[in-house]
Amino acid sequence: MTAQVTAQGTPQSRRTVPVQQFLGLAGILGFLLTWELIPRAGIIEPRFLPPASEVMAELFRAFGLTAFWLSVGETMIAWFVGLLMAVAAALVLGFLIGSSAFLARATSSSVEFLRPIPSVALIPLAVLMFGVKIESSLMLIVYASFWQVFIQVLYGVADIDLVANNTAKSYGLGRMARIRYVVFPTALPYLMTGVRLAASVALILAITAELVIGSPGLGREIALAQSGGAISGMYALVLATGLIGVIINMLMRFIEKKTLSWHSSVRSEVVL
Amino acid sequence: MTWLKSLAYLVGLPLLLILIWWAATLGRPNFFFPAPGILMDTFGEVWFGERILSDVLPSLGRLLAGVAAAIGIGIAAGLLIGSVKWLRALLEPTLEFFRAVPPPVLVPVLMLLMGITDSMKVVVIISGCIWPVLLNTIEGVRAVDGVLSDSARTYGVAGWARVRYLVLPSASPQIMAGIRQCLSIGLILMVISEMFASSSGLGFTIVQFQRSFAIPEMWSGIIVLGLIGVAMSFIFQWTERRVLRWYHGQKEVENAG
Repeated sequence: MTAQVTAQGTPQSRRTVPVQQFLGLAGILGFLLTWELIPRAGIIEPRFLPPASEVMAELFRAFGLTAFWLSVGETMIAWFVGLLMAVAAALVLGFLIGSSAFLARATSSSVEFLRPIPSVALIPLAVLMFGVKIESSLMLIVYASFWQVFIQVLYGVADIDLVANNTAKSYGLGRMARIRYVVFPTALPYLMTGVRLAASVALILAITAELVIGSPGLGREIALAQSGGAISGMYALVLATGLIGVIINMLMRFIEKKTLSWHSSVRSEVVL
Repeated sequence: MTWLKSLAYLVGLPLLLILIWWAATLGRPNFFFPAPGILMDTFGEVWFGERILSDVLPSLGRLLAGVAAAIGIGIAAGLLIGSVKWLRALLEPTLEFFRAVPPPVLVPVLMLLMGITDSMKVVVIISGCIWPVLLNTIEGVRAVDGVLSDSARTYGVAGWARVRYLVLPSASPQIMAGIRQCLSIGLILMVISEMFASSSGLGFTIVQFQRSFAIPEMWSGIIVLGLIGVAMSFIFQWTERRVLRWYHGQKEVENAG
């Protein structure tokens, strides 16, 4: 999740890329083969760990079911709405607090104290207040992902180039204009890092809420499949959550690349 | 006067918030949000008894065992995978997939494989926390400075000495970043594994309070979890400052220049 150090452009990279992809594919196949063999050889009983082929078949069957896509949709809606709310709140508060030295100092102790509180601690509160509705998921998602973005925005606003800011001032740019043309571009790379981290945290919390609280979505389906004894169905759903995670990661990296294409340095990210 | 001012900055907002909370619960007692005084009393009653031995310490023990094992295995495997090129290419996509799986779904899976035992909870924590450490170590080992690496080779630094004096230090900023994520995931998994399947532990106790509508007790449990999170974060920051002192110093010099 952190620090993508790109080591591209080495002379032999063009030749080695297919070899690497081939090896990666072989790795995945090897993993699936091991998984297939462990229950077949009886190391773990098949009723606890069904062979890979059975789970894959179950996953492909699920792809054809409306119910599966409905719960994927419910998870994704909670993920997206929660992420959006967290990013919006973190942006506004981050810029507000970050650009005032007094506010930044006055809030820092509270932030340092509130941030490490694990969002799962709020699960009982969410259950009491909202029950098994999507609001419970949203409460956990927003709390967890807010801090990721907020902290990055604070770093980003603090990273502002004083010369650039003073230049903008002496050219008569107003406060809003400076935020738009000086502060925002400075903070954008940090913001994108925060959003990328928040996106995977939001998925974790969405699934957690569904699993533990029972708000609708993939997590609840996993819990139901497990307690109902539909074991290969449960493994198929677990694979599906992994696939969603991979897709979200890829999507976020893509968006980050697109929005920061103007950014000259391939920044090695701040250590979180 | 300056220390007075920084003290005011430190406690000003928290005090203000507690004051607002106290004022808001002053008139009519709210069922969901107990007054600060009641909460403080309950906190003492609930957590400073035998519960600290029966629930809090076992939970913390599992958390520590899981996190320590995850860090150890993660760094060791990361060093190996990171320094062998074909192994990295072979395993990286599979590992990326494992990292993308939201760790909480491992709870029902491992419950099935191992039953509801203490070791299952530790394994849940290990198998959820290991990925950030492992992948960051691989990334850090891969990004070892080429000149340094060549110099070390020229001077005949090899084997364990190479790992100890070249690879580990230069990967340590990334490893620490991984450990930070690992700690927060570990705490989440500790709570979830107890909420989902357990008859003791912090997570279980808190859910039990919530189900019996013991609201002040539930809030006191939330505060315990918060305090654990804060304590872990402070311990981590302290350790990081010591381990990465050279790194932060180097950054400062670079930024100044």
